[in-house]
Amino acid sequence: MTMSVIWTAMVAVAVLCGAVTGRGEQVAAGAVEGAKAAVDLCLAMGGMLCLWTGVMEVMDRSGLAQKLGRLLRPILKRLYPGEDGQTLDCVAANASANLLGLGNAATPLGVEAAKRMARRSHGSASDSLCMLVVCNTASIQLLPTTVAAVRGAAGSAKPFDILPAVWLASALSVLAGITAVKLLSRVWRDGS
Amino acid sequence: MTDLLTTMPVPLVLAVIGIYAVGRRVNVYEGLIHGAGEGLNTLVRIAPSLIALLTAVYMLRASGALELAADLLSPMLKWLGVPPETVGLMLVRPVSGSGALGVGAELMETYGADSYVGRVAAVMLGSTETTFYAIAAYFGAARVSGTRYVVPAALCADLVGFCAAAWAVRLFFGTGG
Repeated sequence: MTMSVIWTAMVAVAVLCGAVTGRGEQVAAGAVEGAKAAVDLCLAMGGMLCLWTGVMEVMDRSGLAQKLGRLLRPILKRLYPGEDGQTLDCVAANASANLLGLGNAATPLGVEAAKRMARRSHGSASDSLCMLVVCNTASIQLLPTTVAAVRGAAGSAKPFDILPAVWLASALSVLAGITAVKLLSRVWRDGS
Repeated sequence: MTDLLTTMPVPLVLAVIGIYAVGRRVNVYEGLIHGAGEGLNTLVRIAPSLIALLTAVYMLRASGALELAADLLSPMLKWLGVPPETVGLMLVRPVSGSGALGVGAELMETYGADSYVGRVAAVMLGSTETTFYAIAAYFGAARVSGTRYVVPAALCADLVGFCAAAWAVRLFFGTGG
């Protein structure tokens, strides 16, 4: 429903603004161009996108995800104090799937961890659950393959040259999220 | 070795993963094909929303509304060090993944994939997530209704991600291109 409101608002603002600024013709042309551009984009990035999801699947099957999970365990123990081993296993699997960019695999694992955490709280989210969700709203992908595919489609000479910048920005963003959770959990007491 | 990594990062990653997986007796080819099929599913799933959203974005852009919003917000964005051209991307990113992809692709198309704005858009896309989708999915599945401080904390992470994207691009590439 949210998307319906947003989409309708975008179109309405465009029509209104186009009428006021006298750019009606351009807006009309934009509508045609946009739909075409979307299909062009899909075709242009499709090959690279599929290749990378294939590579990620191979990485997952060769046990790289579990290895990453084991490496993450000490950090996760500190982020989720008081959670049992099985919950932490789910969180570790969720985090490593996120790192590898396996979004489809990460969500069910994270949801399983969330369900386990929710068993101990009543109605309102526990601090661990808040941490899990905030960490999942921040991106920690090692190879942002979709973005690289879009860059390649737009004619970038080296689609992956942004990697260090993406890692730095992701790290700062995740750190900000974790810090915000740690600080807010002290002042924002559980209502129940 | 570092030379190899910068001249052909993609072939190198493919070779290393292939050799590692074959060594672990994984059916590399079958995995590759299966994964590529999943990618195709993803593509088919996002194509309809890309068509709907890019149509709206192109209209919005042609109408001058995005420039207006950028002008209004540019003092704040300048203070944060973020290029005002990316204002539309920042507004859509937390709400819609494919919408943000469409807006970002349009920025890369207009300003060039290897330009300052194009790179900032790409790094913004790569370093943030569809915040509200994740919040809805997790709290829905866990059947917890009180989200407490999750929304402000997640938006704080997004804002830092956007600013850091611009800083990181300036750090590694400067503002040229």
